[in-house]
Amino acid sequence: MDVTRLIIVAVGGQGNLLASKVLGEASLCSGIPVRMSEIHGMAQRGGVVESALVFGDAESTIISDGEADILLGFEPAETLRALKRCNPKTVVITNTAPLPPFTVAIGKGIYPEIETICKLLRERTASLIDIDAAALAKEAGNVLAVNMVLLGALTATGILPVTPESIESAIEKITRSAFIETNIKAFEMGRKVAG
Amino acid sequence: MHKLLMDSPGEKMLLLGNEAIARGAIEAGMAFATTYPGTPSSASSEISANFFTMASESPLYFEYSTNEKVALEVAAAAANSGLRTMCVMKHVGVNVAADALMTLAYVGVTGGLVILTADDPYMFSSQNEQDNRYYGKLSGLPIVEPVFVDEARQMMGYAFDLSEKLGEPVLFRTTTRLNHSTGPVTFGAIRKPVTKGEFKKDPFSKVTVPAVSRKLHVRLVENIERAERLSCESPYNTITGDGPWGIVANGVSVNYVADAVSDLSITDRVRVLRVGFSHPMPESLILKFLDGCEKVLIVEEGEPFMEEAIRAIAQSAGITVSIQGKAKNLFSRLFEYDPGLVRAKIAAYFCVPYDAPVKIDLSDIPQIPQRPPNLCAGCSHRAVFYEVNQATAGMETIKPTDIGCYTLGFLPPLSSGDFLICMGSSVGTSSGFSQACDQKVISFIGDSTFFHSGIPGLINAVFNNHDFTLVILDNQTTAMTGHQPHPGVDMMAMNHEGYGRVSIESVVRGIGVPHVSVIKPYNVKKSIAAIREAVAHKGVSVVIARQECVLLAKSLKKLKGKPFYVSDKCKNHKNCINDLACPAFYLDGGRVKIDPNQCTGCSVCTQICPEHAILPVKGK
Repeated sequence: MDVTRLIIVAVGGQGNLLASKVLGEASLCSGIPVRMSEIHGMAQRGGVVESALVFGDAESTIISDGEADILLGFEPAETLRALKRCNPKTVVITNTAPLPPFTVAIGKGIYPEIETICKLLRERTASLIDIDAAALAKEAGNVLAVNMVLLGALTATGILPVTPESIESAIEKITRSAFIETNIKAFEMGRKVAG
Repeated sequence: MHKLLMDSPGEKMLLLGNEAIARGAIEAGMAFATTYPGTPSSASSEISANFFTMASESPLYFEYSTNEKVALEVAAAAANSGLRTMCVMKHVGVNVAADALMTLAYVGVTGGLVILTADDPYMFSSQNEQDNRYYGKLSGLPIVEPVFVDEARQMMGYAFDLSEKLGEPVLFRTTTRLNHSTGPVTFGAIRKPVTKGEFKKDPFSKVTVPAVSRKLHVRLVENIERAERLSCESPYNTITGDGPWGIVANGVSVNYVADAVSDLSITDRVRVLRVGFSHPMPESLILKFLDGCEKVLIVEEGEPFMEEAIRAIAQSAGITVSIQGKAKNLFSRLFEYDPGLVRAKIAAYFCVPYDAPVKIDLSDIPQIPQRPPNLCAGCSHRAVFYEVNQATAGMETIKPTDIGCYTLGFLPPLSSGDFLICMGSSVGTSSGFSQACDQKVISFIGDSTFFHSGIPGLINAVFNNHDFTLVILDNQTTAMTGHQPHPGVDMMAMNHEGYGRVSIESVVRGIGVPHVSVIKPYNVKKSIAAIREAVAHKGVSVVIARQECVLLAKSLKKLKGKPFYVSDKCKNHKNCINDLACPAFYLDGGRVKIDPNQCTGCSVCTQICPEHAILPVKGK
């Protein structure tokens, strides 16, 4: 089976690891080989969390710079920071709602314009899907469902070997019961907007 | 029921490497486990956290010990009473346990003892990237190293069997990448654990006076020979392929080699030796592997451990084929490897045509602001650092620090950390600096770290009459690694019965520290006064800053403070943002604002505002 390499970048607390778990579970249930890796050393202290997911016939659990087929960014500046993980054929999906790091908040750094970020991502890679996942999550009734909106957008690209149905059943299986309904709604909205 | 305790052989699920290791131990009938927390072998959802939860619903005995040496001693006794025992620690933890380890290797065990050492190439969360395979060589003990997640589960049973076969502990070495990888796992059957031990007295084999140890060392050396034979037969030391190009790999590098060989379409040109039982190295298997090789490449993160061994084996057999690994144009001793790097090096070494993936031009990408980890909003450590800075304003100081969340205080503007080498070093180095230099020494240590290895240093300081102030940051948990308990924690309050409790203040007073004070760091004025007094004391003084970790309080739903806001009395001095730098602050058009979702209501900023402009949000 062909190999598809996905990198997800997020800020601690955005639910990146849950999104990876959903994708992993959906793959396992569909019989698609999957291996994942995560680095989240100091996520609770506001750091960056990165997951790598390798679908198909490969043994490695990590992805080298320049070798991601898809980059999914939960935060626009972090998506841009992860551009080195891409090549000109990479498909990029980014949330456009910024979470400025503390260094910016105290005036020790300048947050790039969202338009600049999107323009660079679009120019340097195969294509860019940019959506305000925070607004969609809010609309779906759960501000924390940014991860589900973005999973929806990811599915809409059709690049991943997992089906939307298997992802929905994984969401039902592993996300908290109180949130299943809004999570599914957020996922559907992400699919629709990106599709 | 805890998912890792389910007696459901054949069940397939995705597990983290750490979970697979925990499951493997349960399948192997492990009855006793000890640890001192340290990422990557700890943190929530990981090995010891799983043991802690499983112990409450199974016959497993598990404890968080005060440090790795104690953890290994506790485990050594259990294993010498016949119980299958595991002792989990991060790589640098083995340094702490090394004294116990080196002679336990002589004494051996009767029940299987597996010591897990989690190495950390790239230092994702560690102070060094030492390669603990050398502990195998130093102690004479066997080492096994898994390649992928499900293998970590299987290998646990193998390691216990090996330990019992040889009658000695086995080192189970992982790296962060394996611990934090997720992969499919198929459950095996659970062997019923033997939970009650029996210690058979045999002082002439178990009490290491010189006459006994001379005998035991002979046995250990014989055991290394036996272990070498087992290493040659091990299912984890295997040769695949019979091409003329030899590649040797261990751990996660085996995966990168497999993918590279497939990507480069050179399967029929290579033979791969994967080494999963890496000490002692399998000599006869290596000779078999080298026979017919044109050239050999060794792929191993860290030190040239296998490279040195394979070169020595080749040399004594008169084999002159080129064996390379660590070299200027090949592999580095530094950091982690990745699939692309391994692919490129294999292509270069064996002269395989290879087009590297096209890189994106990043030269004109605007600078992206850094997102460094930061002390949490409302963290009491920040208050203490601010208070110490105020109390010592204008003084020349040296501030040794220690290992924990508070290490982050070394960054500006708090700038509270000048020297750090290892757990507990704040205390010992304070003695040295205060004796060697004229500056006033004020050092920082966390509560868990104080219990781990701060106490002997403090006794030393009292005995030798050193002159410094030690601030013990008592947040009543081991926060950095995921809120594990320690001896000072009130376990009853956390709904865990059957524990004792040690008071840091009683320990400090019992040691005879001449000047001891306890502060509540959220009370700024009183804390500064107490710190000033402690610093003025000539001799050893200790300030205990007592405030529960805000992140823990939040997760236990104990946070009661109202958020604060900046009122229009603000004259924009910005002392709050410049001196405290709490992440709840942000600038909006040059004016300081407070994010009410982040503010925990600690009220420290309101106490330092010269205009008293920071006020609690009404009605919340």
